[in-house]
Amino acid sequence: MDVLRNKARDLLAQGQVQVVIGYEAGTSGARRPSFARSEADAARLMWDADCVGNLAGYLTRPEIKKMGKAAIVANAATLRALLQLTAEHQLAEGAVLALVVTEEGAVLELSNAQAVTEQVATLPSSLSAADREKLERLMALSREERRAFWEQELQRCVKCYACRSSCPMCYCGSCTMDCNRPQWVPVASHELGNLEYHTVRAMHLAGRCVQCGECGRACPVGIPIHLLTCYAEESVRRQFGQPAGTSATLNYALGNFRPDDQESFIR
Amino acid sequence: MTSTFKLSASALETLFAALSTGGWRILGPTETDGRVEVREVKNPSQVASQYLQSTLSAKEVAFPKVERLLSYKMTPGQVELQDHDPELQPTVLFGARPCEAAGFGVLDKVFNWDSRDKLFSARLRQLTVIGLSCTQADDACFCTSVGGGPGSTRGSDLLLTPLPKGGYLAEVLTAKGEALQALVPAVFEPAEGVDKEALLAKVEPVFDRAELTAKLPGLFASELWAEQSLRCLGCGACAFVCPTCACFDIQEEADTKQGQRLRLWDSCGLRQFTLHASGHNPRNVQAERWRQRVYHKFSYFPQRFGEAMCVGCGKCTRACPVDMNLKEHLTQASGA
Amino acid sequence: MAERNPYLPYLMRVAKVTEEAPAVKTFRLEFMNPEEAANFEFFTGQFGLYSAFGEGESTFCIASSPTRKGYIECTFRAVGRVTSALATKEEGDIVGFRGPYGNLFPLDAWRGKNLLFIAGGIALPPLRSVIWNCLDRREEFENITVLYGARSVADLVYKHELQGWEGRSDIDLVVTVDPGGETADWTGKVGFVPTVLEQLAPASANTVAIVCGPPIMIKFTLPLLEKLGFGADSIFTTLENRMKCGHGKCGRCNTGESFVCKDGPVYTLAQLQNLPAEY
Repeated sequence: MDVLRNKARDLLAQGQVQVVIGYEAGTSGARRPSFARSEADAARLMWDADCVGNLAGYLTRPEIKKMGKAAIVANAATLRALLQLTAEHQLAEGAVLALVVTEEGAVLELSNAQAVTEQVATLPSSLSAADREKLERLMALSREERRAFWEQELQRCVKCYACRSSCPMCYCGSCTMDCNRPQWVPVASHELGNLEYHTVRAMHLAGRCVQCGECGRACPVGIPIHLLTCYAEESVRRQFGQPAGTSATLNYALGNFRPDDQESFIR
Repeated sequence: MTSTFKLSASALETLFAALSTGGWRILGPTETDGRVEVREVKNPSQVASQYLQSTLSAKEVAFPKVERLLSYKMTPGQVELQDHDPELQPTVLFGARPCEAAGFGVLDKVFNWDSRDKLFSARLRQLTVIGLSCTQADDACFCTSVGGGPGSTRGSDLLLTPLPKGGYLAEVLTAKGEALQALVPAVFEPAEGVDKEALLAKVEPVFDRAELTAKLPGLFASELWAEQSLRCLGCGACAFVCPTCACFDIQEEADTKQGQRLRLWDSCGLRQFTLHASGHNPRNVQAERWRQRVYHKFSYFPQRFGEAMCVGCGKCTRACPVDMNLKEHLTQASGA
Repeated sequence: MAERNPYLPYLMRVAKVTEEAPAVKTFRLEFMNPEEAANFEFFTGQFGLYSAFGEGESTFCIASSPTRKGYIECTFRAVGRVTSALATKEEGDIVGFRGPYGNLFPLDAWRGKNLLFIAGGIALPPLRSVIWNCLDRREEFENITVLYGARSVADLVYKHELQGWEGRSDIDLVVTVDPGGETADWTGKVGFVPTVLEQLAPASANTVAIVCGPPIMIKFTLPLLEKLGFGADSIFTTLENRMKCGHGKCGRCNTGESFVCKDGPVYTLAQLQNLPAEY
């Protein structure tokens, strides 16, 4: 942890970055986002197994962008999000310095997409074993059973939009959900409103979701909503190839047309 | 009108049975997969035994997340309006924490301070609150800093405080509480010499609410709010779990023949809350929206109503995806 | 006793549609229920929520004068979901209205004073209610001056009424359009409202100024009025925060200690100076 703090302090002191986005200690031992802008701030930074949140979503926020160049303490999911955001032209190549704490406690500085891509290639999937198992179980269900599962879960949704707000890939300044001309999706948090919201969001993340699970962690009422986006992502991956967050070059399955597409309807 | 009694552990079964027989709906905290939710229950065994707080507040009992205000039918040249009344069923909210129970009083001020809100008032009228004192608290709790307490009677019609050897100390607080007692008078046994304070969780006050309220106008232009809100995601989780947050949206759902107007929970933390159709937004950045949340609860509301729009339950802190700890932030403001 | 549902609107029939400017219309609305018409009362400055059934409600002022009974008028620009739906209504169609809400312009306190109205663009409607109200009680006030500006000649609203005021001797009307917004036959002034105000340099003694306009106009006009000697208590304006309920509950229009829908929409500059600039 000291290595990370020292690294952050040096980067800030030398003016190489203006902010280090990382984790600090929060309520009851939780980890929460931290924005170190001074050498003193750097002393608050933490790194341990509880630093599971994906902080990449902050990189596209105007308040953070205004600070100047950022370094970000990155776990595997954060790195994937960096690549996907770069691929989607939300981050300029080399605009962000990723700091990766190795198992040995060293801090790697990944300053460009190639370095991040190479690092990501060595990492296991972001999805935890427990989530992987739940996802496989969902995939094994019939369509009707899956629908019943989600209807049951989504009853609890209150449409606080914590899932959308916490998602690094939900960076749109103006979201389809907020469009009222026409009103594509009901605003109300009733059965139809909830179902349409989450379905549309999952479709927007199909092929783009880096499977960080941030939306599921963010949900105040404990809906495992990340399983829905992960499901969509998994389906696209299995049918079309390139997993999201593995390359800074966009190969977005649902936005591409190939003359040799396996589906006949599109040819 | 407080009178204090003892209830044995089995008294609740008698009470629940009498309520069910009498046509009452009983809502209480239940536990499913580790989640504590307020749901309809039939007997005490369905009620969560050990719980700090439910995730969502019980405000939905009086202020549902989606509620029809009116509906209408449209035919060429005609519009036929239809008023809406909620289904009225006498309801007991069992096991509300004292902070939650106090929340209804705040909501009542919002909905009825000037003109009366028919739907909210109808729901509140049919509601009887059986509070349950807290014997445990966590780092998010700060009821004692905003005028409440782990054994506060505010908002409860009947307040139960668990006794160490089982059963409860029961305080009958209102006419609605007396009506409950009258349902099963035999189970209300005399109680003497019980030190209620000793049974309660210890929640140390961390700031002085009146001082904070006096201080906030001078802090409006402070950098504090931008600093505190840097990690805020701008979602509505804090407001939607809050027992006192009452801001709402009104939305239309219609086809070409009929429609309805719905009242929905809303939050000042969401960018869309104040966004004009023109694109102009009076609170354009998250720092301003976070400040509005703090000021509405601890400056504007107290100035109008003499109390905070907050009961210190800490639900917002627990629900926040990025640990926007209200107690911590208010303590910081108090010391600024 | 059955409690009244405050969200139930009055049903109103569109009695007259006037095209004012591009995308700007005025509706004259008449109550469908004569009893409601008879009991309806409002004061100048107050507003309401207008329903386009099927789309929702939108907030704007009552643009007619309370001295004109039996109907209300409103003027709006089609910008959002509801106003665009309202704009499709024709004479005979039904819309909803609930209100009146909010506070009022203190006409009684203005007795014996000069009145200076300054309006920009689509913000003349709130002042039109006051102006007609004052004209209908003309003997109570001294000089009445109206300075009205719009982006272009086409954007001026109430063109026929402006002509009527032009011809009256008991009201001084100055109409201006932004530079470039004039037509070949334009005889009025050319220049932004604050610029023209500076040229007019109205006396501030025993005068109240009532200002409504887009934020940019307000921003430059208020300091100018103060420079001309108007006290912050003698300058009135209205705020147009978003609203959903209209009676101080939904929280949307909350600005500082104020609910614009209850404590406003009419504020003096002195009051505004005590509120955060969140409008």
